[in-house]
Amino acid sequence: MSYCRQEGKDRIIFVTKEDHESPSNAELVADDPNDPYDEQGLILPNGDINWNCPCLGGMASGPCGSQFKEAFSCFHYSKEEVKGSDCIDHFRNMQECMQKYPDLYPQEEEKETKTQTEVVPDQDSSPPSSVSDSDVLSHSSSPTDSQRAS
Amino acid sequence: MLKCRAVWRKLAPLARSASTQCRHNVKTALNNGRRQAFVPATHMSTGPAGGGGSENTLYVVLVGAACLGGGAYAYMTVRGDSKRYEERISELASRSAKEAPESQPPVAPEPEEAAPTSEESAPVAELSGETESASAEPVAEVPPEAVEEAPPVVEEAPPEPQAEVLEALPAVVESAAEEPVTEAPPAAEPETVQEAPTEPAVTSLPESAPAPEPVSAPLTLPSHAPYLLIGGGTASFAAARSIRARDPGAKVLIVTDEPNLPYMRPPLSKELWFSDDPSVTETLRFKQWNGKERSIYFQPSSFYVKPEELTSAENGGVAVLTGKKVIQMDVRGNKVKLDDDTEISYDKCLIGTGGVPRNLQVIEKAGDEVMNRTTLFRKIEDFKSLDNVSRNVKSITIIGGGFLGSELACALGRRSSETGLEVIQMFPEKGNMGKVLPEYLSNWTTEKVKKEGVRIVPEALVKSVAFKEDKLEILLKDGRQVKTDHIVAAVGLEPNVDLAKSAGLEVDSDFGGYRVNAELQARSNIWVAGDAACFYDIRLGRRRVEHHDHAVVSGRLAGENMTGANKPYWHQSMFWSDLGPDVGYEAIGIVDSSLPTVGVFAKATSKDTPKAATEQSGTGIRSESETEATAVTPVASSTPAPVMEHKDEYGKGVIFYLRDKVVVGIILWNVFNRMPIARKIIKDGEEHADLNEVAKLFNIHED
Repeated sequence: MSYCRQEGKDRIIFVTKEDHESPSNAELVADDPNDPYDEQGLILPNGDINWNCPCLGGMASGPCGSQFKEAFSCFHYSKEEVKGSDCIDHFRNMQECMQKYPDLYPQEEEKETKTQTEVVPDQDSSPPSSVSDSDVLSHSSSPTDSQRAS
Repeated sequence: MLKCRAVWRKLAPLARSASTQCRHNVKTALNNGRRQAFVPATHMSTGPAGGGGSENTLYVVLVGAACLGGGAYAYMTVRGDSKRYEERISELASRSAKEAPESQPPVAPEPEEAAPTSEESAPVAELSGETESASAEPVAEVPPEAVEEAPPVVEEAPPEPQAEVLEALPAVVESAAEEPVTEAPPAAEPETVQEAPTEPAVTSLPESAPAPEPVSAPLTLPSHAPYLLIGGGTASFAAARSIRARDPGAKVLIVTDEPNLPYMRPPLSKELWFSDDPSVTETLRFKQWNGKERSIYFQPSSFYVKPEELTSAENGGVAVLTGKKVIQMDVRGNKVKLDDDTEISYDKCLIGTGGVPRNLQVIEKAGDEVMNRTTLFRKIEDFKSLDNVSRNVKSITIIGGGFLGSELACALGRRSSETGLEVIQMFPEKGNMGKVLPEYLSNWTTEKVKKEGVRIVPEALVKSVAFKEDKLEILLKDGRQVKTDHIVAAVGLEPNVDLAKSAGLEVDSDFGGYRVNAELQARSNIWVAGDAACFYDIRLGRRRVEHHDHAVVSGRLAGENMTGANKPYWHQSMFWSDLGPDVGYEAIGIVDSSLPTVGVFAKATSKDTPKAATEQSGTGIRSESETEATAVTPVASSTPAPVMEHKDEYGKGVIFYLRDKVVVGIILWNVFNRMPIARKIIKDGEEHADLNEVAKLFNIHED
């Protein structure tokens, strides 16, 4: 049973697991998916890529940013059966560029289980909004796996 | 613009004659405004062309024709020769060195000013001479001395708007020698005419020349940066990243007075102290809870472009100019002045100057002996020095009971067990975090801090500090005395608003810092982010926030707005604190202990610690784990979690801070990975009748 205590202006409630088992009747305002103010996920409502998504870390802003953008855009808009198969050149460019900066783009080929943590931002704080974003990232090539990617 | 000039020229003789007439006739006509001034003129002339004399008409017709002809020529040249300009740059660069001295004098016209250009139209005879000087003009700006010139430098990147290509004109004029000479009269005029309106567009060509021109650009710091970020901290870095992501090929220049590249501050008072590595003060690397190591620097130095190479960088980049302080800002001229007298002009500017730690007046007045033994903790050098001090003294006293003070106390307290160091913490409140946590929780926290080996002196108001017998003597107002070897003052941050006066920026009197709107803009082309920004939060009202995540969120938002987004501050930033590995909390919104609170608690298990939280999510720093998670799915524990023996009742829970019955702040106490729900509740801003129901949303009993 929950137990309540008042200390001046502060109220303290202790609850057991059972107390919280029944679903909450607190009402939350429905989210507008097209709210322009809200933080966008990886893919914007109009289908474009949000290069500023924290989930990308610094990939789009580093020295190989333009190569990354080209490769990823090509992949994103690719209509081939094997998505991205027409983008080999772009990815090669990107890889070449990244090899020039080994301490920024460690040349690891680990496949990580958690797709979200593949591209680890250094200091960002807002969650990408849709699960499909991470799927895209997990299927793209290795440089996005690297942890300290920028 | 051309039309205006042409029209003005037509009217100029008219105006002159009109004003003379007025003076002769009635003096009051002048005071009645321009229209009246023209009225007497129409008496003497029959139309806009000014029939006052055939000479006048002829002159005006000639000028008009010249303008039109020049305009047509310019248009064709611009279209045809933009590519040739690119090729010619290198050639010009080599020639520039020779021609530089002789072409210095004629470089008169400021691009911003219209007046000189209209004057130049008068002496037609000198036009041919001007052609050469005009053509040599860009060449004149080749040498490094160009830095002194007021006209800002623009980049050579082809996608840049017409303004740049117009600059190609003078260059092209020189290369296509024959044509301009013959058409000198009409050509030079529109050239100089066109140069005027292109405000920030006077090119320093050889500076933008490709690499193989070391002679012309030896280590020149850029005199113009499209994006100038003042301050090299978290907010600036976040903005730089945002700008680079949104503006392809953007050139971002960060100017910082510290000698370091941008770094994150939280580990300086937390993780770095818990490192086992004896060389941590040099490497500045810390081990995150998930075992992965990282540096406090956001990016290694290879990420950045050298400032000298920024202007010529093909794909742009971020350059950091260290050890330079911006001392003055000229908002009208869109430029700043550094402490070494160099000037840098900008298109968009961010002020991310953060703040300077406050000190106690009694310490400042106490003299050098005391000041030398006092640390104001903020930067890397402070961390290094305090680390050194802590190994060499017997007693350290921390004044201040907020986040920084408590974290340092816990960190040093941990060390005290190894070295026998005495750690004392004193503050005016009754308990640690007294201004943040409700009293019951503050007391609980204080007990935790004591367990870390810290001697707490609560309700302490410092009256004086003196250096006696090789010890610092702190005398409190109630008579208590504390003797110690070293003091760490963690009594708040003074936002750095040094540029407010020269820039004409508003400073907030309630919260301090630069006053900015909801889009973080102070004035046109100037944004402020991070600790120094007093901004309007649409949901929570005007405030100033001094937390790491806020610096990231506001920096990123400022970067977005600098690239045209026009978004207000909407995504609420969070903050966190740890008191050792066993107690930690995350918070969001306004968390002020003077507000009424409602706390909902459950008993904690061994899984409810900050360590466990980050281990589980596989991330190292708290706000990162928040970022990683898309959907928050509580992980069901396979084995029942053993119930820990907690004497206290506040194992884990949620605390709501209310203002007029609306939740404006939430603390997640030893409950992690739930921040999105908390953010949602604050964003809604609804009045909830039963906060226990709201608390259910957090599933506090599960992991």
